[in-house]
Amino acid sequence: MPVVSRGFQGRRRQPGAGLVPPGQYIVDDFPVLTAGPTPDVSLDDWDLTVVDDTGDALARWGWEEFLALPAEDITVDIHCVTKWSKLGTRWRGVSVDTILDGIDTAAEYVVAFGDGGYTTNLPLADVLDGQAWVAYGFDGEDLEPEHGGPARLLVPHLYFWKSAKWVRGLRLGDQDEPGFWESVGYHNYGDPWREQRYWGD
Amino acid sequence: MRWLVATVAETVPETARAVTLRLDVPDWPGHRPGQHVDVRLTADDGYQAQRSYSIASPPGSDRLELTVERIDDGEVSPYLTTVADVGDQFELRGPIGGWFVWDAGDDAPVLLVGGGSGVVPLRAMLQHHAGSGSAAAMHLVQSARTLGDVIYRQELEALVGPRRAVTVTLTRESPPDWGGHRGRVDAGLLAEQGWPPSAQPHCYVCGPTGFVETVADALVELGHAPGRIRTERFGPTGG
Amino acid sequence: MDTALDGNAAAGAFGDLFAFDVTMAMTTCATCGDRRAVGELLAYMDAPGIVLRCTSCRATQLRLVRSADRAWLDLRGIQALEVHRPTP
Repeated sequence: MPVVSRGFQGRRRQPGAGLVPPGQYIVDDFPVLTAGPTPDVSLDDWDLTVVDDTGDALARWGWEEFLALPAEDITVDIHCVTKWSKLGTRWRGVSVDTILDGIDTAAEYVVAFGDGGYTTNLPLADVLDGQAWVAYGFDGEDLEPEHGGPARLLVPHLYFWKSAKWVRGLRLGDQDEPGFWESVGYHNYGDPWREQRYWGD
Repeated sequence: MRWLVATVAETVPETARAVTLRLDVPDWPGHRPGQHVDVRLTADDGYQAQRSYSIASPPGSDRLELTVERIDDGEVSPYLTTVADVGDQFELRGPIGGWFVWDAGDDAPVLLVGGGSGVVPLRAMLQHHAGSGSAAAMHLVQSARTLGDVIYRQELEALVGPRRAVTVTLTRESPPDWGGHRGRVDAGLLAEQGWPPSAQPHCYVCGPTGFVETVADALVELGHAPGRIRTERFGPTGG
Repeated sequence: MDTALDGNAAAGAFGDLFAFDVTMAMTTCATCGDRRAVGELLAYMDAPGIVLRCTSCRATQLRLVRSADRAWLDLRGIQALEVHRPTP
């Protein structure tokens, strides 16, 4: 055990026994983790597309059209692979079920892609049936850019790196394509309850 | 690079927010001015937090010194500046970073520009310059919000000599009889205290990210080659 | 505001992986060809891993992920890494 620094406690955190997945602790703030500069996109230029693996758009919404879709207010716990968990976070967003409604696909996988080049991959089944949203509101306010605004993917049952910030689309495909973090050590699926943080976990 | 145990031998308040920790680190391998260390704190329950701090002391000093500025909602700086006391221990590893470094053998003139706690690695360079008898000319431009925020004020004034100059600019408020500069570091101040690009000075810029970017851009605008400008960003709020 | 630091800030993390000081190594960006020292790249340290981006075009050059007992390094954004070898 490394030498203990007398009197050091670190951020107020509660061990999460029973309330959160293994190895997590609960935080009160909302840490910002980012792999790059915060994108600056005007809402006039923003769109959300669903594309197939050849890049053809199967559906597309501009900002106003997207806001006009039926939205939900949800409260969920989120778990970051860097070990913090935040309980009872409140979001407003459009269910991915709504976004994919009417799209006929045999695809098994989806890659969420966003401004700045970030990608993350998921089985399509994990973003359906009320498990995922494209969220544009947090805690009763517009989602801030540093937390992924104007809109981010929200997939609370997996580690939070799967909830791609600044999301601009979903690419449906037959092949699983490891995304930004999945291709360099992070677990391809990322179930916090089985502590799937890294390759081979 | 392994983790070494550092024991606090002395704490020296520099300003209302900044404290210098003088550390005993057995097996310290030595360092070059400008390098930094990673500091790691471990709590009773095993929780760890780690941050980087520039080494404040020049090579060859008996104790390794770190000057830490307290960030109010920080995790490590409040511990180091308000809790850590003589005899307390933490871990550090280093020295780290060969790029933001000044070596005494180089005779080219040197412009050091530090914002807030960005002056810490520059102080190590200036002290090393003084201790090594370097023939290079070295000028420091130091920016702080108020007089009370100027870290190392008296110590750096005492280093001024034929080849070392120190200029302080206060950006938020200054005493009525203030003889130094007022306002943010700009191209005018850099040109006045620095050298023309033809002299090919080394420029070292350190401090909060916004400060570093503004100053580095101004130096490039003045015609300095980007390759002669080395930066150390401390992050949005500083070190 | 961009939270990037300089590549120098990642030097400690790389110290465990490389025998040489990586901040002094030169990279050539695979996306735009920009050539500069790793110490000058934009470093994003507050992420599930460390990301170094090209100062010129912002493309990702390098990614480092560390668990307690393993590390993964992706250098696909770098065309080549040039390191100075000590001459005998």
